[in-house]
Amino acid sequence: MNSTPAVIDPFAVGAPEAEVGALAAAALALARDLKLAFRRPAQLLQPLAFFALVTMLFPLSISPELSQLRLVAPGALWAAALLASLLALEFLFRDDAQDGTLEQYALSGQSLTALLFAKTAAHWLLTGLPLALMAPIAALALGAPTSALPGIIAAVGLGSVTLSLIGAIGAALTLGIRRSGVLLSLLTLPLSLPVLIFGARATQVAISGGAIIAPLELLAAMAVFGVTLAPLAAAAAVRISLE
Amino acid sequence: MRFTWFHRLGSPPYIYGLARRLTPWFAWSAALLIAGGVWGGLVLAPPDYQQGDGFRIIYVHAPSAWLSLMVYTSMAVAAAVGLIWRIKVAHALAASCAPIGASFTVAALVTGSLWGQPMWGTYWQWDPRLTSELVLLFLYLGYMGLRAGIEDTQRADRASAVLAVVGVVNVPIIHYSVTWWNSLHQAPSVMRLAKPTMAASMLVPLLVMFLGFTLLFLALVLVRLRAEILARERSSSWIREALGA
Amino acid sequence: MPVRSLEVENLHLWRGERHVLRGVAFALGAGECLAVTGANGAGKTTLLRTLAGLMYPEGGHVRWAGADVRADLRAYQGSLAYLGHEPPLKADLTARENLHYWIGVRRRVSTAALGAALARVGVEALAERLVRTLSAGQRRRVALAALALCVVPLWLLDEPATNLDADGQRLVGGLIAEQLARGGLAVAAIHHSLALPVGQVRQLELAA
Repeated sequence: MNSTPAVIDPFAVGAPEAEVGALAAAALALARDLKLAFRRPAQLLQPLAFFALVTMLFPLSISPELSQLRLVAPGALWAAALLASLLALEFLFRDDAQDGTLEQYALSGQSLTALLFAKTAAHWLLTGLPLALMAPIAALALGAPTSALPGIIAAVGLGSVTLSLIGAIGAALTLGIRRSGVLLSLLTLPLSLPVLIFGARATQVAISGGAIIAPLELLAAMAVFGVTLAPLAAAAAVRISLE
Repeated sequence: MRFTWFHRLGSPPYIYGLARRLTPWFAWSAALLIAGGVWGGLVLAPPDYQQGDGFRIIYVHAPSAWLSLMVYTSMAVAAAVGLIWRIKVAHALAASCAPIGASFTVAALVTGSLWGQPMWGTYWQWDPRLTSELVLLFLYLGYMGLRAGIEDTQRADRASAVLAVVGVVNVPIIHYSVTWWNSLHQAPSVMRLAKPTMAASMLVPLLVMFLGFTLLFLALVLVRLRAEILARERSSSWIREALGA
Repeated sequence: MPVRSLEVENLHLWRGERHVLRGVAFALGAGECLAVTGANGAGKTTLLRTLAGLMYPEGGHVRWAGADVRADLRAYQGSLAYLGHEPPLKADLTARENLHYWIGVRRRVSTAALGAALARVGVEALAERLVRTLSAGQRRRVALAALALCVVPLWLLDEPATNLDADGQRLVGGLIAEQLARGGLAVAAIHHSLALPVGQVRQLELAA
């Protein structure tokens, strides 16, 4: 009898069942970020409070007349949304970079692009989406008619997706730089200008009651473009910060 | 074997020597062409039918604007080469391009503003090209700011390279957005920095200036590149020989 | 069974102007542990990070099972476990949750396995406590629990026994011994000697 017992490789223990695909890993990363955020609910409200504050600056500095505010409403709304989302960006990667979990993501054997996309998606769910839901309130405060509100939610919702994605690149590039808040804004704002232009245009059209579909399509196209390319750039930037 | 020229281009001592030899050629030909272009533009070209003598600033404005964009693209290409193939000299080249490109952008903005004064009566209008130039200036400032913010040279090189590539991809998008935005609010009178229809006597000096400015950029970037290489390689042994020579 | 070996030849790496790794070379086979020693700043962390594929050497090669790790970096990183200076734990999550998310991204682990790993390192009582409330030594033990769950051929450990008492140091030695016994490899940067039989441990001293 010449049979040798099959040598089981201890490192192949449960291999196929234990494998985690990229999608499952990304879902786990998303779940973790959401769970962490809800353990500190006060921090979730800060960007929204900031958004409300900046919106308030416009009537105080221009005029309390709603008819006049309506003219600047698109610009004011988007300036406030842009600044609020910039403020929230610093926390996208900073904590993970400091405690080493970002490093573990890079070493996990999973696609870092997918994991960072999951983190950006969590960030949007926690900041961009609430901003989009709060935008109609700010718009009303600036004199927009109620007929404009659905269009405004759609525009800010789509635009904030691209803003989160572009911001992820900036946040990844400035990891580890001391007092990087202003530099992050300096890097992110020029790249966000197309979103501002078309988002404000969509808001303007919504207020004046025109066909909003065209600017929304452009915003959606930018979001798709961002989804395909931004996580790649962010992953490259994260790897560079780990070197 | 075929790629030895590529590898030699990546060698700092070789590039340092090459830059030193080429700079005078570029500098002198740039000086000649620019002098010729200025004379042609100020003296030879006739006054424009619509704008009189005011249009002549185009001989500085247009080359500056063109070069500000070309330098950004070159910077992004050099940065990408350095990022992908890990070639230090390419990163040094990108770093050298940035301040020069930013200066061209400022020149384009200033000359554009000066051109605007006789045309529009104000020193600034949100003309689509001027606005795009302004955004380009911020892209340069962001690039230089990121480099300055990261102390480790290698990491600064690689991070700013990613930024440059992302920026260059965005430049057409930004330009399109700004042009579209401006077209929405077009006032009846022509508010753009309209190029006058060009007779040959106007066009030739302009082309000469384009070429002269390009050679000027090449001369300047080679000078900066040598300074960058010196700073980066200061502890290497070949530096002492090169400086002694 | 695949042949497992880690070969490093002529590794050179600069950090800024400092020539940190100057021609590091060694070969490690299955069941062997490399103890990397050296003064602070000698490059122990740099070496480990280069082995993990986080840093890119200017010269030399790192070979895993005969193939250059750069050829398929992601697969290589999937077959190693890296434990850095600070345990990568989220302060606002419990010990168990931290392990679930940390290891879960790499491979599925059952709740029972999580509990068993925490028991192995002696912190099963702390499983439901937020990491924020744990001491440095307790956090280190939680990180070691993650290591116990990482059944991968290569372990890269940067000062694994930091903040641990004598009992904890024995634990580290025990975990590494188990790893070696099942045919794995370990590279550990250490200050004190590991509680392992002399025959299994090779030494590499890095000069500052």
